[in-house]
Amino acid sequence: MDMILKAIWSQLVTLFEVLRHTFTKADTVEYPEEMPYLAPRYRGRIVLTRDPDGEERCVACNLCAVVCPVDCIALQKTEDDHGRWYPEFFRINFSRCIMCGMCEEACPTYAIQLTPDFEMCEYDRQNMVYEKEHLLISGQGKYHGYSFYNVSGKSIEDKDKGEARNEAPPVDVRSLLP
Amino acid sequence: MPTIFVDDRAIEAKTGDNLLEVLLSNGIDVPYFCWHPAMGSVGACRQCAVVGYANPDDTRGRIIMSCMTPVTEGARFSVEAENATSFRNSVVENLMLNHPHDCPVCEEGGECHLQDMTVMVGHSDRRYKGLKTTFRNQYLGPLIGHEMNRCITCYRCVRYYQDYAGGDDLAAFGSRDRVFFGRAEPGVLDNEFSGNLVEVCPTGVFTDKTLSKHYSRKWDLQSAPTVCQACSLGCNTYTSERYGEVRRVHNRYHNEVNGYFLCDRGRFGAQHVNSPKRIPGAGIRNAGGLYEPVSIADALDKVKGLLTGKVIGIGSPRASLESNEALRQLVGADNYCNGMTSTEREMHGVILEVLASNLSVPTMMEVETFDAILVVGEDVTNHAPRLALSIRQAVRNIGQQLAADTGISQWHDAAVRELEQDEKSPLVILSPMTDRLDDIASDTHRLAPNDIVSMVEQIIEAIDEDKPSDAKDIASTLLAAKRPLIISGTSLSSPNILKVSANLAAALARKNPSTGIFLCASEVNSVGVAMIDNTGNAEELLGNRSETVIVLENDIDTRLGSALLDEVRNLVVIDAMDNPTTSRSSIVLPAASFAEAEGTFVNNEGRAQRSMATFNPAGDITPGYQLLSALGGDHLSASGWQQKLTAEHASLAGVVTCAPDEQFRIEGSRIARMTHRASGRTAMLADVSVHEPQQPLDTESPLAFTMEGNQTRAPASLRPYTWSPGWNSNQSIHKFQDEVGGPDKSGTTGTRLFTGSTELTGFELSEEASANLIGQVHIFGSDELSNEAAELSTLIPQPYARMSSATAASLEVSHHDGLAFGDIIMTVLVDDEVAERCVVYPMIPGTEALGSAQLSELQKVAGYTSPSDPLRPSLITTDRTS
Ligand code: SF4
Ligand code: SF4
Ligand code: SF4
Ligand code: SF4
Ligand code: FES
Repeated sequence: MDMILKAIWSQLVTLFEVLRHTFTKADTVEYPEEMPYLAPRYRGRIVLTRDPDGEERCVACNLCAVVCPVDCIALQKTEDDHGRWYPEFFRINFSRCIMCGMCEEACPTYAIQLTPDFEMCEYDRQNMVYEKEHLLISGQGKYHGYSFYNVSGKSIEDKDKGEARNEAPPVDVRSLLP
Repeated sequence: MPTIFVDDRAIEAKTGDNLLEVLLSNGIDVPYFCWHPAMGSVGACRQCAVVGYANPDDTRGRIIMSCMTPVTEGARFSVEAENATSFRNSVVENLMLNHPHDCPVCEEGGECHLQDMTVMVGHSDRRYKGLKTTFRNQYLGPLIGHEMNRCITCYRCVRYYQDYAGGDDLAAFGSRDRVFFGRAEPGVLDNEFSGNLVEVCPTGVFTDKTLSKHYSRKWDLQSAPTVCQACSLGCNTYTSERYGEVRRVHNRYHNEVNGYFLCDRGRFGAQHVNSPKRIPGAGIRNAGGLYEPVSIADALDKVKGLLTGKVIGIGSPRASLESNEALRQLVGADNYCNGMTSTEREMHGVILEVLASNLSVPTMMEVETFDAILVVGEDVTNHAPRLALSIRQAVRNIGQQLAADTGISQWHDAAVRELEQDEKSPLVILSPMTDRLDDIASDTHRLAPNDIVSMVEQIIEAIDEDKPSDAKDIASTLLAAKRPLIISGTSLSSPNILKVSANLAAALARKNPSTGIFLCASEVNSVGVAMIDNTGNAEELLGNRSETVIVLENDIDTRLGSALLDEVRNLVVIDAMDNPTTSRSSIVLPAASFAEAEGTFVNNEGRAQRSMATFNPAGDITPGYQLLSALGGDHLSASGWQQKLTAEHASLAGVVTCAPDEQFRIEGSRIARMTHRASGRTAMLADVSVHEPQQPLDTESPLAFTMEGNQTRAPASLRPYTWSPGWNSNQSIHKFQDEVGGPDKSGTTGTRLFTGSTELTGFELSEEASANLIGQVHIFGSDELSNEAAELSTLIPQPYARMSSATAASLEVSHHDGLAFGDIIMTVLVDDEVAERCVVYPMIPGTEALGSAQLSELQKVAGYTSPSDPLRPSLITTDRTS
């Protein structure tokens, strides 16, 4: 008996709460007339960013591709004349992307970042396939000041061995001094 | 079998093993770096530490290196004790002090033993704040990349390169934390087995440069178990693909064939699959003499129309048994030949007789157990390269015997080598010129091919007689051995050399039944096609004028001379690659390469092995046997042809059993060629169409071109790559072995087709014209297919004519002069290690005509400027070295 009364009470409280909300201010906005505020960390359209020197940040390590739960990232590594790795092509199939942000988590270079732009509608699904030229922006995105090659031991143009952060100059292997 | 206790668990240990091997064999993960299953222990890295207890009452124990600890009855150890785990953690932490922040741009990433071990010990944070030591890299040639910063100084590379593979141009230099592993000067690594450094080095110091050019992580590679196509030994490989290209070849452990290592021709030669010379589709030559691309269906219809009269089918020792049999059945047994020259057929006839005889034919791994070896006119390192590595281990038998007598375990590598010093078991080489194994030979004789034959005849006589002579010395060496081995092969194209070697082995075997004979054949399937049919004579069949000739994956124009095809009206060529024969065909059909087709191949020891397709070929490219099946109208699958082969040829019964057939499933699922982490499935082809196509279906095998399916439980003959949780590198192989270094848990793959029972009566030697122009096989340059691999092709030597000073004087030439035969121009190299009256030239593309030349026809070239080193190609020796 007790149980039944409790249940009825609970139903009444619920009805009341719903009724009360009719008189509170709405959280939804009249999109698209009014644009909602989205925090920078919002997970929308993905971009590829550049390092502070304006070079492509992506080193084609494939970590974003492997972590992607829907496998919608495909790329191919290539190398410039000085040994810098970068993607020959970089493709995201946004018609599959679930905006989970795992790629951004996995990226060791801050290259791949999700942005607050969620307005990705197309009549033709094929247009949801973005290549590097569509993904690459000219700025650093959310994370400023980081350049992977400044911490990596690989030498590239204008950064020789021993010039990365925390590195001693290359040793003289011919020296036998203690 | 001593019983030991590890963390209070009783374990049956194998006598003679070290503790690390026992632990790994029993599924207990212990991290290690410097120990290698084929190279033993030196205790250099301190990573494999465990706690050992002195007696049952000892509760404290002490840290010991498991790789340096023999197992004894009742011994107690702990892998999990706190001090052992923290010790192992601190070792990795120390190794990581100077490690660069490179994984994202490191070719080893994702299959890095150092990554695996770091994760295994749980090290994650670099506490040391000091500066990292850095190094400059070296240019090591077109095959191997170098990034010294990543080194953890485990010394595996030099132990492999110098001690195991006999190389002398890679060493450890410098002192203290400046130890550097590289060459004295930048330059191409000289050893033919340098590619194994990629797998031996547990880090990304030595990486596969050919892979890096079109890099993919291991998890993205679609792979399959394949058989190396580059020589007759049939080493087991994994071939891997991404985006329709063969990206790399890795070693596939086989306990009887190739063990843990491959040669560079095999490892890097498979990139011929990506050659621009590949034939992408069918073509029919039109009236104007040009090829018109047509659909495969039209081309097949056209060929069917030509099949009315007598059709000759020319098979090939580089095509699979399936394709050869399909051709044989299409044209009829009388009109089929295996596509070898008469000399080749004669030589492989000898090999077949020896395999069928009661002489004992060891496997390549067994070669390492023989204690005296005579190499008769076979250029092992260039012609059957992997065998040279085994011979290098065999000459250590005397040292290993010493160690055994002294009670030192074989895995105690440094101690055994210290004990053996320069003592080597006898290795006698009879060859017309220097041999790459000379450095370990106890005795070498430079003899013209005919003189090699007479020398062996003298040895046979000397076995019974007692007259002092060179031959007597060799005979007594062989007689003194517990297990003598005769190695010979087809590299000098002399059937007599093979025959006389067999006779010698038979003579020795009468004295010592443990005698072995190991004969190297010519190509990947030479023995196999000789078993299908070794009587059909291409010259004769083609001489009999036939309207239509079907040539299967064989460059007849080069092999048998271009005149033979002059009279053929309709030349139908089925091949994967453009070559002189293809380009004179009237119809060409695009065959799949080995990486795109299933096939069975019989190696030189008569082992039938299955090679699986790695990926689905593009467009109209089709496996040879399927094209021929379509022509014959029977549309059989690979398994269907395997059954036919067994039905038609009693000797090939093992073809069906050498690997499971297409019906094989593991709990209803196929075996996935891709890893379960393969990426990009919904994006790879999205540039073509956003609607993902169905994954290609495999109608031929139990494997699947997808990531769905089983992998880790596949039997060795179907396992597409080795991987085990926590073991991403090839070191994971021990998870699949019965015990470390033993056979696979699923058994040894391949079926040896010969039981060897017939008594060998002895071969009659035939009349052989004395050859003075000797073609030397080159590991890079003498194999039709691997020559087309982009990077290997840069290592092909330039034409040279090597001769002794006396021969040079008689030809009135001197060192670095030019010598011409027709339009072939060779650089004279004076080398007194060449047998008298012999001129050695390289068997490389373009020198084929020299095969029928005479010394007297060679002309000195006036005003010739020689390349600086004709043996070394004109490589760009400056590469990025920083
Ligand atoms: S994880 Fe980052 S650096 Fe690596 S491939 Fe993706 S975007 Fe490039
Ligand atoms: S060697 Fe291994 S741990 Fe070192 S950078 Fe390469 S992948 Fe990373
Ligand atoms: S280069 Fe590789 S194999 Fe050689 S010592 Fe360094 S880590 Fe070990
Ligand atoms: S030895 Fe022969 S079969 Fe083995 S890897 Fe080299 S070429 Fe291939
Ligand atoms: S593996 Fe035992 S010390 Fe290196």
